[in-house]
Amino acid sequence: MKLEISGLSFSYSDRDVLDQLDIQVGEGEFVSILGASGCGKSTILKLLTGVLTPAAGRIAVDGEEIHGMTGHFAYMPQNDLLFPWKTILDNVCLYGRIHGTMDSARKEARENMAAFGLAGYEDAYPSSLSGGMRQRAAFLRTALCKSEILLLDEPFGALDVITRGEMQDWLLSMRKKMNRTVVLVTHDMDEAIYLSDRILILGGRPSRVICQLTPETPAEGRSRDWLYGQGELRRRIHREIMGDGDARERESSAGKERS
Amino acid sequence: MKNWKKWAAPAGLILILILVWELAVRVNGIPLYVLPAPSQVIRSLIADRATLAGHAGVTVMEALAGMAIALVLALALGMAMDAFPAVKNGLYPILVVTQTVPMIVLAPILIIYLGFGLTPKILTVVLMCFFPIVVSFTDAMGQMDEEYVHLVRSFGAGKWQVYRLVKIPAAVPGLVSGLKVAATYSISGAVVGEWIGAQSGLGYYLIRVKNSYMLDKVFACVLVIVALSLCMNGVIRLYQMVSMPYGEKKD
Repeated sequence: MKLEISGLSFSYSDRDVLDQLDIQVGEGEFVSILGASGCGKSTILKLLTGVLTPAAGRIAVDGEEIHGMTGHFAYMPQNDLLFPWKTILDNVCLYGRIHGTMDSARKEARENMAAFGLAGYEDAYPSSLSGGMRQRAAFLRTALCKSEILLLDEPFGALDVITRGEMQDWLLSMRKKMNRTVVLVTHDMDEAIYLSDRILILGGRPSRVICQLTPETPAEGRSRDWLYGQGELRRRIHREIMGDGDARERESSAGKERS
Repeated sequence: MKNWKKWAAPAGLILILILVWELAVRVNGIPLYVLPAPSQVIRSLIADRATLAGHAGVTVMEALAGMAIALVLALALGMAMDAFPAVKNGLYPILVVTQTVPMIVLAPILIIYLGFGLTPKILTVVLMCFFPIVVSFTDAMGQMDEEYVHLVRSFGAGKWQVYRLVKIPAAVPGLVSGLKVAATYSISGAVVGEWIGAQSGLGYYLIRVKNSYMLDKVFACVLVIVALSLCMNGVIRLYQMVSMPYGEKKD
């Protein structure tokens, strides 16, 4: 397992957010964490990057337990958070700037500009780019991290529906090329179905993984038309998120009987 | 076109006021020691230009030195307040209270302590300029989106790198706003310091000509002070335009 989270719990001062969370992500796998707003999705990413410290539980990368900020993760926030005072090229090379490898970072960035739809905008400032382009630049900045695992925190949540769709198509096509382990946090069902190998649904208060789903068609075979045909999967996810409480009660008591 | 329109109204108004002033003085025959006409002011400005330039040089030097010291102090204290909340909680309210002490009271005290040289004048400028700079800088750092810090921290940046890469550059627009205010104050600050006691500078010149009831020269000197203050402000604006081509200028 590339990433293993077990028994992870976290509370803000006034409320418990996560309770005994277990998540496993395989090497090269694309996993989505789906849940309603405020269920603690982003908190999971903050715990992974070490910005927050868990109350209990274990996080391991490649079987080795990690604590605090480790550099295993490349984080991408919902807002592009590009520095308005830096050019696009300098923005996407942030990792190189921090780790003193600016020359190789610039080279790698220039090679990737075209694939990220940013060719010709190397010396532009973020304010002159469209929302979609800024988000792709933010994505390139994350992809240029040497970290093994990408953490995407509702990466397209701030975009309009049409641009968001374009970005999802683009990310689907980039998946193969990047071949990285990805954890995507989202509240967009279609996004999760369209992009992921596996979908984890977060629910309950405090939150835990209430359900795991795997879209049948592998990512290479997916298209928008395929996505429109996933009505049954959508209904299932919707039921889970809306809290089919009785059904879950039955499931968990059945689980208890088994154990 | 837009700029032209923006300037036309105040320029026209000033022109009208000057004309009214000139006419009022001439028609009523108001003597020079009560109110000089604008034309007389301009005439003495030209006649006395060499003396004025000499005194202006001293004032500008004091203002620049004071600004520079205030800027360095403000940056250092601003970062200390941002890094250590205890420092901010302790100092910030005190800073605000100190601003309520009138400079005209402090300046003579500084002269008693530090003599009639340049030091008390520069210190007056520092005291006037420090506050707007430190407040704008600290507030700008405090108001920035914490997510930026989260982002660079997750990329492996250390504490100092967070300041260098994010916090300080993000605070520059706010800092520059504070600098603009401070630059406008700086000349006045130096003049106040000189007014209390000096051998040179525009404040010294002002006292001298005022005591001789040469009001035309008083007004000429005021014109120079206004022009210099605007110049100082303009220099900061120029810096802002050159250093921030990314179009996120906030005033």
